[in-house]
Amino acid sequence: MGFLDIKNVTKSYGNVEVLHRVDISVEEGEFLVLVGPSGCGKSTLLNMIAGLEGITSGDISIKGRVVNGVHPSKRNIAMVFQSYALYPNMTVGQNMTFGLEMHGVPKAERDAALRDVGKLLQIENLLDRKPGQLSGGQRQRVAMGRALVRNPDVFLFDEPLSNLDAKLRVDMRTEIKKLHEKLKTTIVYVTHDQIEAMTLSTRIAVMYQGYVQQLGTPKEIYDTPANVYVATFMGSPAMNVMPARVAMKDGVPHAQIKDAKGVDQALKFSQPNLAAWEGRDILLGIRPESITDSDGADRNSRNIVPLRNLVGITEPAGADTFVAMSLGGKDIIARMRADANVVSGQDFDFAINMEKAVAFDPKTEERIKP
Amino acid sequence: MAAVEQDTAVRTGGVTRVFIYGILLIFMLFYLMPLFVMISNSLKPLGEITGGNMMALPSTWTLEPWRQAWSAAQIGVEPTGLKPYFMNSILMVVPAVVISTILGALNGYVLTKWSFRGDKIIFGLLLFSCFIPFQIVLIPMATVLGKLGLAGSIPGLILVHVVYGIGFSTLYFRNYYSSFPTELVRAAMIDGAGFFRIFWRIMLPVSGPIIVVTVIWQFTNIWNDFLFGASFGGQSQPMTVALNNLVQSSTGVKEYNVHFAGAILAALPTLFVYIVAGRFFVRGLMAGSVKG
Repeated sequence: MGFLDIKNVTKSYGNVEVLHRVDISVEEGEFLVLVGPSGCGKSTLLNMIAGLEGITSGDISIKGRVVNGVHPSKRNIAMVFQSYALYPNMTVGQNMTFGLEMHGVPKAERDAALRDVGKLLQIENLLDRKPGQLSGGQRQRVAMGRALVRNPDVFLFDEPLSNLDAKLRVDMRTEIKKLHEKLKTTIVYVTHDQIEAMTLSTRIAVMYQGYVQQLGTPKEIYDTPANVYVATFMGSPAMNVMPARVAMKDGVPHAQIKDAKGVDQALKFSQPNLAAWEGRDILLGIRPESITDSDGADRNSRNIVPLRNLVGITEPAGADTFVAMSLGGKDIIARMRADANVVSGQDFDFAINMEKAVAFDPKTEERIKP
Repeated sequence: MAAVEQDTAVRTGGVTRVFIYGILLIFMLFYLMPLFVMISNSLKPLGEITGGNMMALPSTWTLEPWRQAWSAAQIGVEPTGLKPYFMNSILMVVPAVVISTILGALNGYVLTKWSFRGDKIIFGLLLFSCFIPFQIVLIPMATVLGKLGLAGSIPGLILVHVVYGIGFSTLYFRNYYSSFPTELVRAAMIDGAGFFRIFWRIMLPVSGPIIVVTVIWQFTNIWNDFLFGASFGGQSQPMTVALNNLVQSSTGVKEYNVHFAGAILAALPTLFVYIVAGRFFVRGLMAGSVKG
């Protein structure tokens, strides 16, 4: 029994089911991020928690109280919208205290709450301005302030940073994280940006086509993705997924895979139970940062496999250099140190950290668990 | 208004400018000609007009035709002038405009932000009322007014104009509110505002431009209406009917100067509404509500 419970919740529009049996339990103080591409149902789910959309079946409860059919204003939630949704005719101060006013909180208390939140978000000097006179970042702060003033049980964020420019987005992301660590509030946060999801959350729910594909901590999602979809959605550049065949060598399972010249190479697995897959095809998943030069390889790893392969193109990106090569008939991206000496069109000694490699069943695309 | 900027697609030289302004000037004079004739003749004694100097400025200036038209001219049987009918029109127009605008705003708000099953059909039917010619409803309307006991009264006329106005005012407000961000309504719902509170505190304050449009449209239409006024006015006929009675009277001398003054009096209120309300026409009141 969590603080916010989503039990067996589905949503249909007419005959079309857009959310299928979602089960998520959020503990008090958790920062849950719903992440997925557009149309995956994440915003619908958030709106259902808010009470802006009805629930077709299942239960949503906050603090143990089932809130299906309870009016949004009576759920003790606050929401920050993608467009900020500030009331254009009111000043910042009026915007922030409108909710309290509607709930019949006396003026003195409203002003006190406004002062506190204004100080917290450093927008005290903006309180008399209209939203039209604010910059994007300031509007974002006001929108958060409006939510904070209410002191709700659950905060809902609907892609709050997607209207900001890149630099401001990173700043506000840090700010939201700081705020959460300071206030220990329960937050449900919707985004399509996997970096936001990784950096902010205590847990992530990756959604796709109305299903929760995987629910777990950022590390679980990143290191042990439940299926090929999660593996390729999280991480930038995406995880390399290539077809391979399991072969036994010295009693240990290896991934047999063709290099750029069509020669079979064997990459030793760290996952003994793959022996059961001997002679069968799998999908091999390796993150770009697990493919490096030998000097850049992870020193803590017990399974670094060397591989000599032809270098495709190189893309220096400042902090890293991305190197493309062909493996298993797919274009594979490796992430090198910026000063790694890689030359396009020549052979290079790669080092693959197979401890971090994952294997997927090619039929179901589910991960083969160790 | 912000500073005037040159915002035309084609740069124009001096000669073209002169040409453009010349044409504009000619058209302006053309359009102002009738007004000039009306004003100058309304300030002449009748003799000057019948003497054939219709286009000239008055040689003897007089306000007597205006006084006549306002308070002494023979309208129908009584020598009352247009004054009582002017008051009838005001008493009819103001409530009719206010009520139809408020109802249109509420309809638009419901149709866009509280959508329900069949809302499109209802909107379609409301729109339909914009296309029904007045003449078709005369007899059914007369029956309804008779049954309600409102026949021949100002409240009856108000009802007729409100019913006819709702179609247009709903159309205006619905289209305006459909581009109003729904997230604002949702935010207000979460903040705990109810149906009317959202309307009053969130929607109406940013509806300035469309209120102005609706008021101008409704005011002009209702003020200028003749058919309903003549059919259902009874003892409380509006200005348009009185003007007709003044100008069309077939007995006695045609007092053209009084007619001109009366016609201008009848047109003044709509002119006034355009001038006063037009200033609020173009202001962008939505700035800053969402990402700009």
